[in-house]
Amino acid sequence: MIRVNGRDVADRDGATIADLLADLGVEADARGVAVAVDGEVIPQGEWPAFTVSAGSRVEAVTAVQGG
Amino acid sequence: MNDPFLLAGRELGSRLILGTGGFPRMETLADAIGATGTELVTVAVRRIDPAARHSLIDVLQACGVRVLPNTAGCFTARDAVLTAQLAREAFETDWVKLEVIGDERTLLPDAPELLVAAEQLVADGFTVLPYTTDDPVLARRLEDAGCAAVMPLGSPIGSGMGIRNPYNLTLIVEQAGVPVILDAGVGTTSDAALAMELGCDAVLCASAISRAVDPVAMARAIRAGVEGGRLARLAGRIPRRTHAQASSPMDGLPELAAADVPTP
Repeated sequence: MIRVNGRDVADRDGATIADLLADLGVEADARGVAVAVDGEVIPQGEWPAFTVSAGSRVEAVTAVQGG
Repeated sequence: MNDPFLLAGRELGSRLILGTGGFPRMETLADAIGATGTELVTVAVRRIDPAARHSLIDVLQACGVRVLPNTAGCFTARDAVLTAQLAREAFETDWVKLEVIGDERTLLPDAPELLVAAEQLVADGFTVLPYTTDDPVLARRLEDAGCAAVMPLGSPIGSGMGIRNPYNLTLIVEQAGVPVILDAGVGTTSDAALAMELGCDAVLCASAISRAVDPVAMARAIRAGVEGGRLARLAGRIPRRTHAQASSPMDGLPELAAADVPTP
């Protein structure tokens, strides 16, 4: 099980970051998006190849109004 | 008047930074950006919402403004540093408005965590703009840590209570070797004007504009306050006096009382 933005995602162990973003409706070349896996920022260029293993926590963020 | 605002080596044409929080509609935000004349606006970093209809980044890019990500919502140095790193990756900027909050009710900064986060982010190559209390000693410590500006509050975020301690703000301005940006507390135009009259280099304002009855009109008003306050600061105000000082000369005053006519 992988946890993406606070939700458990089933049957995605070993998926790439690009795959997981696609599940959220985000394309791998999207602007204004960043991803951390287990507290480490993963650069956008690595998303198509970076595989996320079971038990990992993925945070995918973007800009919202604030400040 | 050519009076650019130099922040971290970059020249800004406006001394008003706009927070994007609280605007009811994206169109209102865009109109308010135009009305303020700002070149720098803050954004927050949050989880992607698959149901979101608008891309804030696209709207801001269309407005031609630079994005200043914040670390709002972070209560530890660790979370603030990671949020800043995410923002750098997402928005391709190493500028960050650093917020580390210590109390949910007042949203006042957590001074020790703030300083730790500032040191780590400076070491990591960030241009750090910290939201801080109006404590002159903490402001100096943040400057010593390598922050590119200090951003003291006038009063708590969103409170609209203005500048509660003008004396502290004056001390911060007097000692600072980096720009001082009043952050938080502005309720209306006079608060922004006072900040600039006290010598702040700029004002960051969100709720006072975004939650006003007419946000675009308030954007114009607060812009006028910032510009007026800046002009007054440069002009040099008169000192306060206890008693009056006549503004008309006493010399040449005509004698207007009826002349004493001697009785025959």
